[in-house]
Amino acid sequence: MELLSGGEMLIRALHDEGVELMFGYPGGAALHIYDAIFNQDKVDHILVRHEQAATHAADGYARATGKPGVVLVTSGPGATNAITGIATAFMDSIPMVVISGQVDSSLIGSDAFQETDMVGVSRPIVKHSFMVQKAEDIPAVVKKAFYIATTGRPGPVVIDVPKDVTDPARKFEYRYPESVKMRSYSVPAKGHTGQIKKAVEILLAAKRPVIYAGGGVIQGNGSELLTRLAQTLGFPITNTLMGLGAYPATDKQFLGMLGMHGTYEANMAMHFSDVVLGIGVRFDDRVTNAVNKFCPGAKILHVDIDPASISKTVAADVPIVGSVTSVLEEMLELIGSADARVDSKSLELWWQQIEGWRAKQCLKVKSAEGETIKPQQAVQSVYKATRGEAYVSSDVGQHQMFAAQYYHFDKPRRWINSGGLGTMGFGFPAAIGVQLAYPDAISVCITGEGSIQMCIQELATCLQYGLPIKIVCLNNQALGMVKQWQDMQYGGRHSHSTYSESLPDFIKLVEAYGHVGMRIEKLSELDSKMEQAFALKDKLVFIDVAVDQAEHVYPMAIKGGSMKDMWLSKTERT
Amino acid sequence: MRHIISILLENEPGALSRVVGLFSQRNYNIESLTVAPTEDHTLSRLTITTIGDDRKIEQITKHLNKLIDVVKLVDLTEGSHIERELMLIKVKATGAQRAEIKRTTDIFRGQIVDVTSTVYSIQLTGTSDKLDSFIAALGNAAVLEVARTGVTGISRGEKVLSL
Ligand SMILES: Cc1ncc(C[n+]2csc(CCOP(=O)(O)OP(=O)(O)O)c2C)c(N)n1
Ligand SMILES: [Mg+2]
Repeated sequence: MELLSGGEMLIRALHDEGVELMFGYPGGAALHIYDAIFNQDKVDHILVRHEQAATHAADGYARATGKPGVVLVTSGPGATNAITGIATAFMDSIPMVVISGQVDSSLIGSDAFQETDMVGVSRPIVKHSFMVQKAEDIPAVVKKAFYIATTGRPGPVVIDVPKDVTDPARKFEYRYPESVKMRSYSVPAKGHTGQIKKAVEILLAAKRPVIYAGGGVIQGNGSELLTRLAQTLGFPITNTLMGLGAYPATDKQFLGMLGMHGTYEANMAMHFSDVVLGIGVRFDDRVTNAVNKFCPGAKILHVDIDPASISKTVAADVPIVGSVTSVLEEMLELIGSADARVDSKSLELWWQQIEGWRAKQCLKVKSAEGETIKPQQAVQSVYKATRGEAYVSSDVGQHQMFAAQYYHFDKPRRWINSGGLGTMGFGFPAAIGVQLAYPDAISVCITGEGSIQMCIQELATCLQYGLPIKIVCLNNQALGMVKQWQDMQYGGRHSHSTYSESLPDFIKLVEAYGHVGMRIEKLSELDSKMEQAFALKDKLVFIDVAVDQAEHVYPMAIKGGSMKDMWLSKTERT
Repeated sequence: MRHIISILLENEPGALSRVVGLFSQRNYNIESLTVAPTEDHTLSRLTITTIGDDRKIEQITKHLNKLIDVVKLVDLTEGSHIERELMLIKVKATGAQRAEIKRTTDIFRGQIVDVTSTVYSIQLTGTSDKLDSFIAALGNAAVLEVARTGVTGISRGEKVLSL
């Protein structure tokens, strides 16, 4: 058997786990580990410029590929800088393993230099965490960490590694375990057949059904089966912000996104439905609006792998705990063999009603005066220039909602966005993770001039690794979403949401980092310049688009109302 | 309603803080908490009393079950069960009160476990209600100190919480 040090075991274990790429930033407590990285070439390490970016990049990689993202940081400030990214991954159930250096075991608890109780600090935002006690435990801990991070409802796992445990002078026999056995952790596999039967009966008898699918379908690789189910039944389907791409957006059965900034037709269909099939969703407050007014006439069928998600905010009439693929497969089989057929008469009437709502064209863009570019038009232009084939990451704000509404995702794992935590600064590093996972794909970050400044230092990382990301900045010279709320709820008092006099010259900035900058100010030039930017295939291009500063995102749910209560424009409400 | 949840927990560093953290993080309240090793040294047994409607208790047990360190749990209040709490209480006992306190202690089947010329230390076991009643029954005797263990419990009959 081979003799390896703790640091070497750690890296070897990552390789044996199938890890090809990790994101990190070195420091004292992690230096033995970094030395072990130096001496091998199996696991690549990407040096970011801030640990927050390491976690977001690993997260973007995980969302795009379905494989776990891996992060390595040092103790103290390295570990705390990673916290925002861990919380982001936790809220969206993204598989991630974060290895943090820690001070020597003998110093723990002494307020040593760069000591932070990482297990304690991260506790509420991880699926689980480990503190390695001795080097011999490393292979088993790594195996368990990946198993926990990637199975069931996925999530981030922290491994805190005291420096002495990775000491290069102390070698141990290394063997990577083939399987994990944990008596206290089991993964729900198949849903309860009786419950699934009940759900299918209700679906087949439904008169005004709607399928409400979310990020769980993408995480659980259930998009194909979901598409089959929706098309077999002929039911209308809507996706959450996290679920975009779970069902092809350009298909006619798709009603668009639902929720706070969802389409009129999706929210109306939810409200007036008699059966809601929720799959891989969690009835988030950004979807339901006031819970006590939610879908008053509907039976709720809820499929999720996490029992704690079911009946958390909205009580389910038929709860089904199981993986989306196993449940959808069983549903399809049962529908195929059932004597009953969908109530096509009622369904036709239902579709007529939905088409009526759709005719409102709630997302129709009204051009501004003259050459002013509407932010929606900028997203439409990106869609055209990328033929709808890009991986699109986004930050948080109006631009994020416009991206979600106007870039039509036909495939899963193409829309990379921080839905649960809503982390500004996520988009750009996430696009780095995507580009590294798929070097030949188009990786776009649709961002705002506010958000991009939260992780802008990663321009250096892109130069170092030659990442030709396209950054499309919808520059409204303001924290637009904040300003919108202030317009609507605070009498237009723009408290600390504008800064137009102090914005950097983004073109010069990206040029200083060795990239290409482009500014688009006229509507007549929008599409041609966008094409030009995307034609620069080997370059990172920062496309700074001056957009209408007064624009709001609509539709917008009216707080305290039901899903049918929406503002459709500054003056029109339902 | 008050519930008593008993948990078998991996005897690992940090396990207890994950359970306690869950309660504060999700705004669930802990009325009492006891924890000690079991006959199997890899497991601790934890008993938590908490208050909430059925919906809340369902969420609590689901989230506890999600914790990797939680091996098994039972809501004892769902079935018939035995619950006990131990109290050590120190009261001022002088003059005529000495006999009165002794009588009350006997009625409650407590024991005086330490005596000085002015103080009794009394040990009492029972349900939390019984301990409360005892304190009330002491009437105007001066209570100097109270140490209660919190509730622990076990199901009645054949039902066991074990692996
Ligand atoms: C880290 C972080 N801080 C604050 C917020 C609150 N917030 C949400 S949207 C927003 C404005 C974002 O501005 P910008 O990136 O320019 O996007 P815009 O809304 O203008 O399109 C802010 C401050 C947040 N989501 N994340
Ligand atoms: Mg902005």
